[in-house]
Amino acid sequence: MADTETPAPSLYESREPIFPRRVSGKFRNLKWVLMAVMLGIYYVTPWLRWDRGPELPDQAVLLDLAGRRFFFFMIEIWPHEFYFVAGLLVMAGLGLFLFTSALGRVWCGYACPQTVWTDLFILVERWIEGDRNARLRLHRQKKWDFRKARLRVTKWVAWFLIALATGGAWVFYFTDAPTLAVDLVTGNAHPVAYTTMLILAGTTFAFGGFAREQICIYACPWPRIQAAMMDEDTLTVGYRDWRGEPRGKHRKGAGAENLGDCIDCRACVNVCPMGIDIRDGQQLACITCALCIDACDDVMAKIGKPRGLIDYLALSDETREREGHTPRAVWKHVFRPRVILYTALWSLVGIGLVFALFLRPEIEMTVAPVRNPTFVVLSDGSVRNTYDVRLLNKHGEARPFELTLTGNDNLTLSLEGEDDTTVDVPANETYLQRVYVTAPNGTEEAQDERTAFSLWVEDLTNGTRAENDTVFNGRDN
Amino acid sequence: MSDNKKQDDLDYETTGHSWDGIQEYNKPLPKWWLMIFYACIVWGIGYSIAYPAWPGVRTATAGLLGWSTRGNVEQAIQDHEAELAPINEQLASVELTSITSDPELNTYALNAGAAVFRTWCAQCHGSGAAGATGYPNLLDDDWLWGGTMEDIHYTVSHGIRNEDDPDARYSEMPAFGRDELLSEEEIAQVANFVMTLSGETPPEPELVEAGAEVFDINCASCHMEDGTGDRWQGAPDLTDAIWLYGGDYDTIHETVTNARFGVMPPMGGAELSEAEIRAVVTYVHGLGGGEASEE
Repeated sequence: MADTETPAPSLYESREPIFPRRVSGKFRNLKWVLMAVMLGIYYVTPWLRWDRGPELPDQAVLLDLAGRRFFFFMIEIWPHEFYFVAGLLVMAGLGLFLFTSALGRVWCGYACPQTVWTDLFILVERWIEGDRNARLRLHRQKKWDFRKARLRVTKWVAWFLIALATGGAWVFYFTDAPTLAVDLVTGNAHPVAYTTMLILAGTTFAFGGFAREQICIYACPWPRIQAAMMDEDTLTVGYRDWRGEPRGKHRKGAGAENLGDCIDCRACVNVCPMGIDIRDGQQLACITCALCIDACDDVMAKIGKPRGLIDYLALSDETREREGHTPRAVWKHVFRPRVILYTALWSLVGIGLVFALFLRPEIEMTVAPVRNPTFVVLSDGSVRNTYDVRLLNKHGEARPFELTLTGNDNLTLSLEGEDDTTVDVPANETYLQRVYVTAPNGTEEAQDERTAFSLWVEDLTNGTRAENDTVFNGRDN
Repeated sequence: MSDNKKQDDLDYETTGHSWDGIQEYNKPLPKWWLMIFYACIVWGIGYSIAYPAWPGVRTATAGLLGWSTRGNVEQAIQDHEAELAPINEQLASVELTSITSDPELNTYALNAGAAVFRTWCAQCHGSGAAGATGYPNLLDDDWLWGGTMEDIHYTVSHGIRNEDDPDARYSEMPAFGRDELLSEEEIAQVANFVMTLSGETPPEPELVEAGAEVFDINCASCHMEDGTGDRWQGAPDLTDAIWLYGGDYDTIHETVTNARFGVMPPMGGAELSEAEIRAVVTYVHGLGGGEASEE
C-alpha cells in the first residue's frame, strides 16, 4: 500500500438542503393534473359505495383481511383465486418494464408516491414560506425569531395534517370507511387502525418533508433496476450539450458568437427537486420529472432561442443531431421490438385475466371423501360413505343449493341435518356439508372395491350447476 | 451525454487509499444513515435490557418488561377462553335439542366437539369414530343405549358400567357358560339360533330349533323375543348386520359363555364442562347415526 500524504476525507456527508424554485410550463401542468387525479383516486376510492348485501359493508373497494376477501366493484376475489392478484402484480411489473424501456423513469418522475407527496409538500412549503429565495433566506437565518418559528411550525403542522390524512385514507381500504371514520373520531377504532395511521403519517411526514430525494438516491432499488431497463432508444430527459456548449453568459462583445445556447443561468438546477445539474448528463439521481425542461424552455423563449435545449430525447439521436439533422420521429423510438414485446406480454396477461374472470364458475364445490373410515355398514347391511362437501356461495345473500348424484342408480344421497337434499348456504361463505351416499345391502356397489359417480350441485335461484367426480368405496375396499 | 470526456475530466475525490496505483473513489455515506445505525445500536442495547436476551449458564436475563413466550401463550389461551365464554355459556344453557337448529351454535358445537372427541374419545372409539371390536362404531345407525341428543348426552355424562358415577348406565349379561347357567350343549344350540336372527347360516342348522327355546327362556327378557334388543338395558339388537364383538359362531359362543361387560368412564363432573359435553354430543350426533328426539 502506497503511503499517501493527503488527509483522509470524510466518509459521511450531510444532506445538502434543496430549495426547488417555482416553475411553470406544460410538464409542470401535466404533473399538477396527474397529482390531483392520483391523490383524488387515493383519497376518494374507499368512500365509493357498492351494494354488497346485508352482511358486508357496501364498499366498492374493500380488502377484507379478516374475511379473506378482496372486493373491487363487481369483482370478488376469494383466497383460492389469488392468482388474479398474482396476475395483476405480473402486469404491474411488465407495465413498469414497458414504460421504462419506452419513456425512461416516468414512474419516478410522475407517478411514484414519493414524488407525488414530495411535490405536494414542496407546494405547501412554498405557500407558507415563499419561493426558493425566501426559503433560502429563512434557512440561512440562524436566529429563531418569532417569524421563523411561526413559519416553520405552520409548515410542519400543515405537513402533519396531510400525513395524517394519508395514513387515515389507507386504513379506510380495509374496513367500512364511514363506520371507521366515526370510530376514529370518537376513539372507538381498533388500536391497529390508530397504529397504522400514525406509522404511515410518520413516514409520510419524514419522507415527504425531510428525506425527499434521499429516499430516491439511497433507499429505493428502482433507479438501479430502471437503469438496466433503459437503452439508447429510450426517450428520457437530457441536455443537448452539442447545442448548449460551450456555455456562458451571452455578454455583448465578449465572444458570445462562439458560445452555445446555454447561458448558464442555472434555472434548470434551481427548479430540480433532486438538486442535480442535468447538464452533467444521465445520472442515477435524476427522476426525470421534466421540470428542468419547463425551466429551460422558459429561458430559451426569453433569449429568443428555440426550445428544447433540455428535452425528452433518445441518446441514439445524438450523432444525427450533432451533424445538424433532425432527430428521428418519436414513434420510431417507441415502436421497437423490445417495447412491442413488453406490450404483447402485458396484454397477454391482461386478456388472460379478463377471460379467467368471466369464465370462473359462479358456484363451486369441492368433494373430499372421508377416509377414516372409508365406509360404514349400517344395521340393515347397507354400506354408506361420507363426503365432506364444501359449497361456495359467492353471492351477497343465502341461497338454496340442491345436491344430486348421477352415474349410478343404486346409490342414494342424503345430507346430515337436512330432511331433503337441499341446503341453504349462507351469503359469501364456504359451507361445509356432510353428505352420505348409501348402497343397499347386496348390490354390486356395496360389495365392489370402488364405484365412480358424480355429485352435482345446483343453485336453485338461477340454475347454475357445478359437478365433481368422486368414488364410492364398498366392502372390498 | 454518451461522450464521457466530461465525466472523466471531473476531479473525483478519493478515499486516499491506493493499491498498486488503483485508487478508491470516495462515495460518502449520508450522515442520517450513520445516525440510524447508531440509533439501532442504542435501541438494541435497550431492547436486550427490556426483553429476555443475555444468556447465562442455566437461564437468560428475564428482561425488565417481564415478557415471555410462555406468558404469551397463557395469555392467548385466557383471551381465547374469555372470547368463547359467552357461546359456551349459551351452549350449556339452551335446550339440548335446539342446538342443531341454531346455525352458529351448531357450527361451534361441531368444531369444538370434534376437538373434544379427539382428546377424550378417540382412544377407544377411534379418531374417525369408527370404533373397534368391543368399542361401538358411532357412525352407523345402531345404538346400544339410544341415539338421540338426550341419550348420547346421558351416556357421555355418566358413562357405562363404571364405578365412578352412581348414575352410570348399567346392565350385566350373565356369563351363561362360566357360571354354569347353561350347559355346553345349550350354548351351542343358542349360538346357532342367534346366527339365524340376522340371516346368517349357522354351522349346525339342526341345533337352531332347540336354540330358539333356550333363547326364549334365557335371553328374550333382555334381547326381546324377536331378538331386537332393548335400549333401556343396553341389550344389543341381534337381528341387524352390526356386531360389537363379532357375528361369527365362535365369537357368539364366547359371548354367551363368558358374557360381555363394556365399560365407559363418565365424562361429566371433573373431566369435561357441560359445554364441552354438549359439543361432543352434537358432534357424535352429527356423524351420521344421530336419531331425532321424541317429541
